[in-house]
Amino acid sequence: MRKLAGIARLAGQRLLSSLPALLGVVVFTFVLMRVLPGDPAVFFASGPSAGQQEIQDLRHQMGLDRSIPVQLAFYLRDIGTGSFGRSMTTGQPVLKDLRERLPASLELTFTALFIALGLAIPMGVAAALNPGTAIDHAVRFLCTLGVCVPTFVSGLLLIYVFYYLAGIAPDPTGRIDVFTAPPPSLTGFLVIDSLLAGDAEAAAAALRQLVLPAATMALFVLAPLARMTRASMLAVLGSDFIRTGRAMGLSRSRIIVVYALRNAALPVLTIAGIVFSTMLGANVLVEKVFSWPGVAAYALDALLASDYAPVQGFVLLMASIFVLVNLLVDVLYGLADPRVAAA
Amino acid sequence: MSAAAAAGHALHVLRGNRVSALAAILGLVLVLAAVIGPLLTRYDPVTSDVAHALQPPSAAHWAGTDQLGRDVLARVVAAGRLDYAIAAAAVFLSFIVGAVIGGACGFRGGAVDRWVGRVVDVLMAFPLFVLAMAMVAALGNRVENIVYATAIINLPFYIRFARAEVAVRRQAGWVEAASASGNGPGRIVLRFLLPNVLPAMAVQISLNLGWAILNAAGLSFIGLGVRPPTPEWGIMVAEGARFITVGHWWLVAFPGLALMLSVLCFNLLGDGLRDMLDPRMRT
Amino acid sequence: MSGPSANELLRVEDLHVSFATRHGLVRALRGVDLTIAPGETLGIVGESGSGKSVTALAALRLLDRAGRITGGRILWRGEDIAGASQRRLRGLRGAEIAMIFQNPRAALNPIRPVGLQIADALRSHRKLSPAEARAAALEALRQVRIREPERRLLSYPHELSGGMCQRVMIAMAMACEPALLIADEPTTGLDVTTQKAVMDLLAQLTRAHGMAQILITHDLALAAQYCQRVMVMEQGKVVETAPPAKLFSAPGHPYTRRLVAASPTATSTLPGSRATILGPPLLEVSKLSKRFADGTLAVDDVSFSIAAGESLGLVGESGSGKTTISRLVCRLMDADAGDIRLDGAAIGAIPAREFHRAPQRRLVQIVFQDAGDSLNPRFTAFDAIADPLRRLGGARGTRLAEEVEACAARAGLGADLLSRYPHQLSGGQKARVGIARALVVRPKLLVLDEPTAALDVSVQAVILELLDRLRAEEGLAYLFVSHDLNVVRMLCARLIVLQTGRIVEQGDSQALFRAPQTPYTAELVASIPQLVTAG
Repeated sequence: MRKLAGIARLAGQRLLSSLPALLGVVVFTFVLMRVLPGDPAVFFASGPSAGQQEIQDLRHQMGLDRSIPVQLAFYLRDIGTGSFGRSMTTGQPVLKDLRERLPASLELTFTALFIALGLAIPMGVAAALNPGTAIDHAVRFLCTLGVCVPTFVSGLLLIYVFYYLAGIAPDPTGRIDVFTAPPPSLTGFLVIDSLLAGDAEAAAAALRQLVLPAATMALFVLAPLARMTRASMLAVLGSDFIRTGRAMGLSRSRIIVVYALRNAALPVLTIAGIVFSTMLGANVLVEKVFSWPGVAAYALDALLASDYAPVQGFVLLMASIFVLVNLLVDVLYGLADPRVAAA
Repeated sequence: MSAAAAAGHALHVLRGNRVSALAAILGLVLVLAAVIGPLLTRYDPVTSDVAHALQPPSAAHWAGTDQLGRDVLARVVAAGRLDYAIAAAAVFLSFIVGAVIGGACGFRGGAVDRWVGRVVDVLMAFPLFVLAMAMVAALGNRVENIVYATAIINLPFYIRFARAEVAVRRQAGWVEAASASGNGPGRIVLRFLLPNVLPAMAVQISLNLGWAILNAAGLSFIGLGVRPPTPEWGIMVAEGARFITVGHWWLVAFPGLALMLSVLCFNLLGDGLRDMLDPRMRT
Repeated sequence: MSGPSANELLRVEDLHVSFATRHGLVRALRGVDLTIAPGETLGIVGESGSGKSVTALAALRLLDRAGRITGGRILWRGEDIAGASQRRLRGLRGAEIAMIFQNPRAALNPIRPVGLQIADALRSHRKLSPAEARAAALEALRQVRIREPERRLLSYPHELSGGMCQRVMIAMAMACEPALLIADEPTTGLDVTTQKAVMDLLAQLTRAHGMAQILITHDLALAAQYCQRVMVMEQGKVVETAPPAKLFSAPGHPYTRRLVAASPTATSTLPGSRATILGPPLLEVSKLSKRFADGTLAVDDVSFSIAAGESLGLVGESGSGKTTISRLVCRLMDADAGDIRLDGAAIGAIPAREFHRAPQRRLVQIVFQDAGDSLNPRFTAFDAIADPLRRLGGARGTRLAEEVEACAARAGLGADLLSRYPHQLSGGQKARVGIARALVVRPKLLVLDEPTAALDVSVQAVILELLDRLRAEEGLAYLFVSHDLNVVRMLCARLIVLQTGRIVEQGDSQALFRAPQTPYTAELVASIPQLVTAG
């Protein structure tokens, strides 16, 4: 109980210290909306055909004729109620657009994260257990190389190799090929939805589309994860309590899994949180390369079309996801490390 | 066994040095190519020659030509100038600002330091590329804004780094000793802490240069900052992307390779510097 | 050597160990022999680098990757385990030979409850259900007399004191009732009263279970007090093995003789020590208090004075406030309340931040505990000594060089060493640089903050002698801060004993040793291991 209270306090602290950053983002998006060319009232008006009077009324209604602090207050109220305005490109409310596209981005990001973690942790552990050997050198070489290749280059090269040369990958456009009917939406994750609907063919089609973009993203974050796993595992393996375990005759597997890996996982968890944020950013590039209909591609299209309401909604969405992820990391960390709750 | 271990270790140290030396040479070649390269090729990076569009690499065009018949190699080389300049300017800016803020916080400690530390921690976990994107959008789609955006998203790393480096050393006995020897706070920072922190900062700068190049190229890839027909690696990859599904690989591969080699080179240099500055390496 | 006899538990024959380092192969052990019989207690003493810990780790085959056994035999009950399989070793470790280490908190897994860690050790050698293992772990904790053992089963190492962590380690090591327990510096870093409690517990438990014990320590007195035989090591070789009474009363080997002579005892004095003539009061501290940001009252209403030319000892365990007082007096930290007067000037009123400009900065100087940590890695020895002279003495050019060299010479540093950086100097040389740096501006009061705590005994003896000589020659007053009563008593005629920020007792050091007035001082004095016990 005391431990849970400690974790709760810690999570609260983190939430509190996220507030300045979050507030900064909100003010930033507010400025974005005000500074940028274009009258916000026009965004909310029924369309380009709206009359001068209608816009004037809207200005008054939206408080655009008030002082800046009052406007900021109105803005905060709007965000609180989820009204991010309307996209000029799609003609829909931004919130609706984001809600439709978010599962695509999350499906891609989570798949990539699981692939990356599933590869990076064994790689890092193997390298740390055999320092100085060929395995270690190979992992370190991969790590050094991995951070050097930008996602937009590796993604395109993967397309070239697997789509153009080998012909085994599908056309790199979208989440599911045009000939397959998408499953009824439940979770929004196409692979899972297809499986839930019992449609193996659709699941396979969705998976085929997912593999290349997810691999591209996973390659990008593999290096920092494997590097951190190796470093933290090496540090733990050299620590006194591992020697104690050996001196007490504990089995090798118990020392590696229970004593070393659990301790080494703590810094990896922190890095995984940062890596997730990086992936949210990298989404912009990967979604563009693979024409993936996610929130990032949506925001990017809007940005290039000088349609700023979706950009603002996107930035706020990213900020909220990032706060949630950080909270999750903190809670997991608190559960894994008793020292945190006591501090 | 022990002789083999010793030999292996010697080889390891040697290999480490060899890699750094190689990285240094590579770095020199890349920078030289960026500076004097455009003078050496006979093709202009922006003049189009539609008659020779989309040619694969050949003796005449070592890296092929693009959709407007421009020589890809000439463009890659010319782009180096711009990309390196953006990265260097951004890193320089964030280094100066970050070192001052971080150093002051680390040395002073107290409530302001704790507060700055927390905000920086939070910022570091933020999807910074998104922030850079939005910033370029807000400030205007220009090259200098790419520099500012890249500098700002680098800033938290420098603040945290300088702060940690200074804070660790502030506790060191020799700082207390300096105070007992009659050195005031200003002198302690300038004459004692700074010389001890600088080498580690040099490592960080080298590592961050690579990151800044990736960021700048990423921003141009999505159409922010640099505008065509200016040669820039990100834009070149973006333009080449349209032709990858029909097999014109060279449009993406060569600017991609230039990007990769640059980042690799700066990262290796950073790692090499760190090894060199590690006190355990000294005799 | 003959074959193993029946009453030998462990026999090590001609053991050679080498470490691969950046600077090539280092031979850590060069032919070590040792034997230990069941129930026997063997001490291994030596200074840093003598190979005493390596011997123990090699015997259990626990050397890290860089270390290799290059020759010799390790016989456990007649079976050579120098080349045994990991599987065989695993059965041996913990079950037949157990080991406990220095720095007990680091030796325990920080994120696993200590009860489970003890259970892990038990279950790797016996088939036990989780419930049985828990019961056995509880019994093990009872044996080492930890208070509230049920609650402690669930504690994490960070929730326990250093002494309690070492008790947990002992419980873990004892859990499978091994025939031999190897204790590698088990009390280094613990307070002297805790040290006595832990050592007494170890002695009592090994005796009760008929276990043999190898005690590895740098402290001769500790080995003398708790061991039946003591083995002295130097540079990877055994120089002498004998019962402590014989070893310390009539050491055979010249190295042992030097080591015994250097070890401070209750009666040892510094050679050539002179009586000093006390002058007028130099430092007057009254009603000093300091509370830290976390709320602990580190210094609580402390008053004392030091006369010119006097040497005052400040003794206490960790958390007693002695280091804080040294920083306050040195004006490196501000007090919450109280006066500090130096030579009549109220220096306590000058904020620490401003004090570097005060004329009194020159008059009070400090020598730090860790000489390595207190030297700027980018300054040569010359720069380190010259820095205060430039700042406070205003010396420049050739006069500066002359003064630095002269001061270095007084501290026993040759001019050839002055161009070296700290990492090129030995521990003793670094200590001398620290002393020279403090002396060069000719202070009146020198604060010595455990100046020898990080040094080997033989180096410590030389440095103490140097400090005593310098005081007499230069008419300095000392405030000597230390946890080691034996050392303080050698250098100081008057002592102050501190406990949790308060003065519990003060007076003439000889009298304080002979007849302590408070129970706490009595306990402190009784806890010091004394070399001359067997007579």
